[in-house]
Amino acid sequence: MAEIENLEPDLEELRESYRSGKTKEASWRKSQLKGLLTLLKEQEKDIFKALEQDLGKHYAESYRDEVGTLTKSVNLALSSLKDWMSSRKAKLPIAAFPSTAEVFPEPLGLVLIISSWNFPFGLSLEPVIGAIAAGNSVVLKPSELAPASSSLLAKTIPTYLDKKAVKVIEGGAAVGEHLLRCKWDKIFFTGNVRVGRIVMTAAANHLTPVTLELGGKCPAIFDSFSSSWDKEMVIKRVLGGKFGACAGQACIAIDYILVQEGFAPTLLELLRNMTKKMFGENPRETKSMARIINKQHFLRLKNILDDPSVQSCIVHGGGVDEDNLFIEPTILMNPPLKASIMTDEIFGPLLPIITLKKIEDSIEFINSRPKALAIYVFTKNETLKRRIISETSSGSVTFNDAIIQYAADTIPFGGVGESGFGRYHGKFSFDTFTHEKAILRRSLLTEFWFRFPPWNDFKLALTKSAYSFDYFGFLLVLMGLKKNS
Amino acid sequence: MAEDSETKKVFDAEAAASLMKELRGTYASGKTRSYEWRVAQLKNLMKIVDDHEKDILDAIRADLSKPEQESYIAEISIIKSSCTRALGELNRWMKPEKVKTSITTFPSSAEIVSEPLGVVLIIGAWNFPLLLALDPAIGAIAAGNAVVLKPSELCPATSSLIAKLVGKYLDSSCIKVVEGAVAETSALLEQKWDKIFFTGSGRVGRIVMAAAAKHLTPVALELGGKCPVVVDSDINLPVAIRRIAGGKWASNNGQACIAPDYIITTKDFAPKLIDALKHELEAWYGKDPLESKDLAHIVNSNHFARLAKLLDDDKVSGKIIHGGQRDKANLKFAPTILLDVPEDSLVMNEEIFGPLLPILTVDKLEDSFDMITSRGKPLAAYLFTNNKKLKEKFVKTVSAGGLVINDTVLHFAEKTLPFGGVGESGMGSYHGKFSYEAFSHRKSVLYRGFAGDASARYPPYSDRKLKLLKALLSGSVVGVILALIGWS
Repeated sequence: MAEIENLEPDLEELRESYRSGKTKEASWRKSQLKGLLTLLKEQEKDIFKALEQDLGKHYAESYRDEVGTLTKSVNLALSSLKDWMSSRKAKLPIAAFPSTAEVFPEPLGLVLIISSWNFPFGLSLEPVIGAIAAGNSVVLKPSELAPASSSLLAKTIPTYLDKKAVKVIEGGAAVGEHLLRCKWDKIFFTGNVRVGRIVMTAAANHLTPVTLELGGKCPAIFDSFSSSWDKEMVIKRVLGGKFGACAGQACIAIDYILVQEGFAPTLLELLRNMTKKMFGENPRETKSMARIINKQHFLRLKNILDDPSVQSCIVHGGGVDEDNLFIEPTILMNPPLKASIMTDEIFGPLLPIITLKKIEDSIEFINSRPKALAIYVFTKNETLKRRIISETSSGSVTFNDAIIQYAADTIPFGGVGESGFGRYHGKFSFDTFTHEKAILRRSLLTEFWFRFPPWNDFKLALTKSAYSFDYFGFLLVLMGLKKNS
Repeated sequence: MAEDSETKKVFDAEAAASLMKELRGTYASGKTRSYEWRVAQLKNLMKIVDDHEKDILDAIRADLSKPEQESYIAEISIIKSSCTRALGELNRWMKPEKVKTSITTFPSSAEIVSEPLGVVLIIGAWNFPLLLALDPAIGAIAAGNAVVLKPSELCPATSSLIAKLVGKYLDSSCIKVVEGAVAETSALLEQKWDKIFFTGSGRVGRIVMAAAAKHLTPVALELGGKCPVVVDSDINLPVAIRRIAGGKWASNNGQACIAPDYIITTKDFAPKLIDALKHELEAWYGKDPLESKDLAHIVNSNHFARLAKLLDDDKVSGKIIHGGQRDKANLKFAPTILLDVPEDSLVMNEEIFGPLLPILTVDKLEDSFDMITSRGKPLAAYLFTNNKKLKEKFVKTVSAGGLVINDTVLHFAEKTLPFGGVGESGMGSYHGKFSYEAFSHRKSVLYRGFAGDASARYPPYSDRKLKLLKALLSGSVVGVILALIGWS
């Protein structure tokens, strides 16, 4: 754990590295990205061990959600770096000839990345990839709630990366507060709404731009399906998107399901059968589902279940093992909408099913709640798909699957409203740590002398024509054939 | 809605809450989403400027005594061209953007769909009172949002004209103007907006962002800074001088966020530069600039006193080499040039926002680049030179919102360039398509098919599944096939 008094020399060293210009060099950025790639390969076993220790994650899940996606992202950054770093030409109107204009991507400077405990490697390193590719100096503060992962990051980053330009600072709220008092060129925060507010308020003091990746209650709308093959595939995806995603402790995990009341019994049957297939008859023995991160969150979830009005709605699972911080995959049918299970983000393996009279009612249901990070819709109905896109708002929408949008790098990943703002993944990661500097190059050879004082009607008439790109009108005025009206 | 000045209701927290409730209702009705609605509003906005050009110029003159041509170029024509561009491009901007997908999510297709953020607040500034309220509004409306405009209270005639014309020409169930000062703005800032777009000073920018933080509202802050002009000796001096002088004194007499704040040039070249400047100033404003009708006034006595203080500073008063005349009663201030003021003087440590132009001399121009960035990143930085190497070094090392080589301020008019600050000069950008994007949420939409699925994704997990996952995530088609073959 970092001593708070010692932070200033570290930060000064990072600023100096940035000022020296070395992080701007393509060669430096490439070497850092390659370093990350090597870290992921060589430390794979230790990463799996840390995640197993912190969260009880199976290494296949750890690979799928963290190591694998990170490897993919680093490779993309390496192969695209030259393209991302190049200036983009901007088109200018003829009247501006012979000027040229471009947008030059430059790094912001020294950036702070604060990550969360549920995907401690993924949510730490995915933004770091963007920050480094964009040429910044970086401080990473991993979550103290995942201590094995935080400690592994603190140990390995200085070994594989340039320790004068990329630092890991471990610690909890006190260290976080101290870091937030410093002046950063950007803060990238993944976490909950409460801390998100604190981060943005602190950033306001220094006019630091922020990206906030928060959460929300991500609904899954389940339309009825006919073919049995479709049903099985879709059910797998639903369960994978809940219990298979860090036991539901994911910002984009399915929070609850909306289904038409007639179809609910069928859905429930399908879910229960597949849950048994995935996690076994006795889920406590499964190695394929993560544990709850700590006692505090375990008790939070247990309390949700202990509410009598909620407990009576449990239709599958519900068993808890406090010693092992394990909660069984649990399904509930229509818990009261005013109970905390339906007002707060669940972030755990409890899956409420809410029934509606018509599946289209899901639109109003979703719209009456804060905007979520993701909306999932399982349907083949093209009209419903179009309506969801145009009538609801969320960070993203995924049809007929869940979570997998995290692995796509051509679409931005980020929230809106209470689920946050800003985005990353793929080139969007690079952009989020970049200032797009506009550059206009003019020639000293030509001039529109009518731009300058002293003013008169003739000049005004010329200006009006020029600024509306009325070239013909411009000529007329010049020749004295048209006057300022 | 016309208000009698005696019985004018106070816009307080309750009024703000009820305003927000009304706008959320109209936004939820979907009214602002249609292409037709957006086009109608933009066309009407254009009409405001076309049909009321004289009223607008009169109001701006009453508030700022700005010469008509300046108001025309800087405010009216830019709004017209923004509207024209938005109307011409809206269809394209509103279309979803199809994007490629990789084998990791195969089979799938994806697109990015733009949607409005919802109910947005735009706070304008006083130096270009019409432009800085309406130009962002064009983006907000084009993007399909409900909008509240809060024009600057330091320009009462323009603010009141904006309220009247917007109320008359635009859909007042979705677009509203709230006039007022600190109390009214504070009441507005307490509400939960889907975006706040603010133009003004860094001090107030911090207040706006802190208020936004309570509701996790994203913000765009267009602030200012000390925009330097670096002048080399190998240039076409007459042209350069006109552009520098134009950017400074023909832009609201220096009261512009992108006006050149100070000049850096070599010791050798300074005399020639100063001579040329003095000449041009006399040609533009005559021997007695306070008599000229082509020079805008200082906005109010507070700012006048602020500028006077910068000049009366002991460290500086001996460095005035041109100008310095002022008329407190009429808020007139002549173009004033200062030479080699000390770096710790007041005038070199805050944004001048007025007609004072310090010239700093150095031995080598490259040495000045670090000096520039050490003062906080400005909104713009300018370089006059024909030296290619110097241009490249400038572009690489000077960080600012935007750079212009061999001119000043003009990048503001180029709609294909994003206009915005970095660091102390702000965050976010607008103009052209960037305005539309500033008020939009670009929503990712992923369509997944049913054709094939890797059971490797799901529990119960195993080593074999791990192999397939590795192949899938690395995008290796061969790897995927091999793993699948070995699988079945």
